[in-house]
Amino acid sequence: MSAGAASITLERGGLARRTSDALFRRPALLLTLLLVPPLLWLGIVYLGSLFALLAQSFFSIDEFSGLINYEFTLSTYRELFRLANLDVIIRSLVMATAVTLASVVVGFPIAYFAARYARGKWKALFYLAIMLPLWSSYLVKVYSWKLILAKEGIITWIAQKLHLVWLLDAVLAIPVIGGPSLSISYLGTFLVFLYVWLPFMILPTQAALERVPGNLIEASADLGAHPGQTFRTVIFPLALPGIIAGSIFTFSLTLGDYIIPQIVGTSSYFLGQAVYTLQGTAGNIPLAAAFTVVPIVIMGLYLWIAKRMGAFDAL
Amino acid sequence: MRSERGSRPPRALTIAAVAGLLFLHVPLLLIFVYAFTTEEKSYQFPPPGFTTKWFAVVWERQDIWDAIWLSVKVASVATLIALVLGTCAAAAVSRARFFGRDYISLLFILPIALPGIITGISLRSAFNIVGLDFSFWTIVLGHATFCIVVVYNNALARFRRTSGSLIEASMDLGADGFQTFRYVVLPNIASALLAGGMLAFALSFDEVIVTTFTAGQQSTLPIWMLTELIRPRQRPVTNVVAIFIVAVTFIPILVAYYLTREGEHTAGAGK
Repeated sequence: MSAGAASITLERGGLARRTSDALFRRPALLLTLLLVPPLLWLGIVYLGSLFALLAQSFFSIDEFSGLINYEFTLSTYRELFRLANLDVIIRSLVMATAVTLASVVVGFPIAYFAARYARGKWKALFYLAIMLPLWSSYLVKVYSWKLILAKEGIITWIAQKLHLVWLLDAVLAIPVIGGPSLSISYLGTFLVFLYVWLPFMILPTQAALERVPGNLIEASADLGAHPGQTFRTVIFPLALPGIIAGSIFTFSLTLGDYIIPQIVGTSSYFLGQAVYTLQGTAGNIPLAAAFTVVPIVIMGLYLWIAKRMGAFDAL
Repeated sequence: MRSERGSRPPRALTIAAVAGLLFLHVPLLLIFVYAFTTEEKSYQFPPPGFTTKWFAVVWERQDIWDAIWLSVKVASVATLIALVLGTCAAAAVSRARFFGRDYISLLFILPIALPGIITGISLRSAFNIVGLDFSFWTIVLGHATFCIVVVYNNALARFRRTSGSLIEASMDLGADGFQTFRYVVLPNIASALLAGGMLAFALSFDEVIVTTFTAGQQSTLPIWMLTELIRPRQRPVTNVVAIFIVAVTFIPILVAYYLTREGEHTAGAGK
């Protein structure tokens, strides 16, 4: 006993001990030492690059030489409002909205079932069944849809077996969303987006539903509400913050993606593709930078509204 | 306590939930079927025949092995950086209140909350400005940036569940700060760090959007896959690589799930 105490007192003079004591006496110093490395990393690498990029949106590009003109101007932003560029922005917004709404419709029953009816082993199974697609490779998921939507793929095969080819053709004949085949249509792009981002909607919705107290539902039933009324007036309003939290992901991820519409879809651009082409082959960094401001502003507005509706408590 | 009375789900709900889960899982299963197809030129379904020869073909392909090796190296280094930085930040945020604390979480989440293309394009233009050539380290730089948040979230949750009285007890018993960290704090957060590290590794191993901007001519496994997706030249080989990626990413997720599932109780809070 005394030997152990002696060995500890002996170390008192050691460098480690003195450093440790100094840190213990000045918690602010320890806090600074802990915080500075991660903050430096994100501050310099991430925020630094982000602001450098945004600053470039106030430059312009010389139409003749193709060189960047380093003078402050808003002309690049004016260019955003050209018809062709506005088209890209509106197309992306419509797609993001459609994907978000559809993921609520498809995701809610899964989240509701998992939160209210799955128990024990089934609960774990449901959790894994949502987590595995969420974390499995993004590219592989997109690739699997390339296989599915191909003209010679499984959808056409099923349609043939069920004698529903006319239905498939009718769907593809719908103006705007249709096209020569599913893999070259907005409908195809939409399906892939929905598939890839759906788990991001299910998880927060399920979390919000788990927190609805059971006695609230019983109280609603005791007071004479039938299940439909209970759902509309009790369960759904309480789940709404979770749905909004999920919609932040589905909306933002759809808005910025440039790989899915490149692989499955028509040749018209979405926001991400426009940015990618502008900074790459076109070499127009100022306009590309101005384009990236669009999703940042939209997401800023979205997050502000979501915060006001209490979505962050559901994350 | 939730009422179990009359807790049979309505039939329509069951059908919708099952259909939704099928929608989530059938596409991935389909890839396994395609890995054995004998058809080379198209995505024909059902496959005209089955063969295992593509696995041997992939085994012989040096470019695929190179891509895998690069991805593994990048993911390892990025995970290591994220582990150190994320744990530091989580320790600081969990143990003290200070000015701007609420904004730190926001700062860490930003790289994955904003579309990846924004992170990618800002990094590339920053490399241009600074005059940094594309290399192994430019890829790592990008990946570590968005991996930090995964480690941070996992570590923060565990720190909050670890009672502060354990640390005080260790100090009272004469351990210094480093001993306390080594013998009390680290064992407590180890499994959370392992889980966070595995998720960060999986995230980095699979990342393609930021990587296209920071890799230059180098080819990580997802970049190799992307080139095949845009211009399919070797469909059966791609199928095999795809199921390889599925297998590699599933294992860390399952392990991370089992690591964070246990120990829902707060260590040291019972007494």
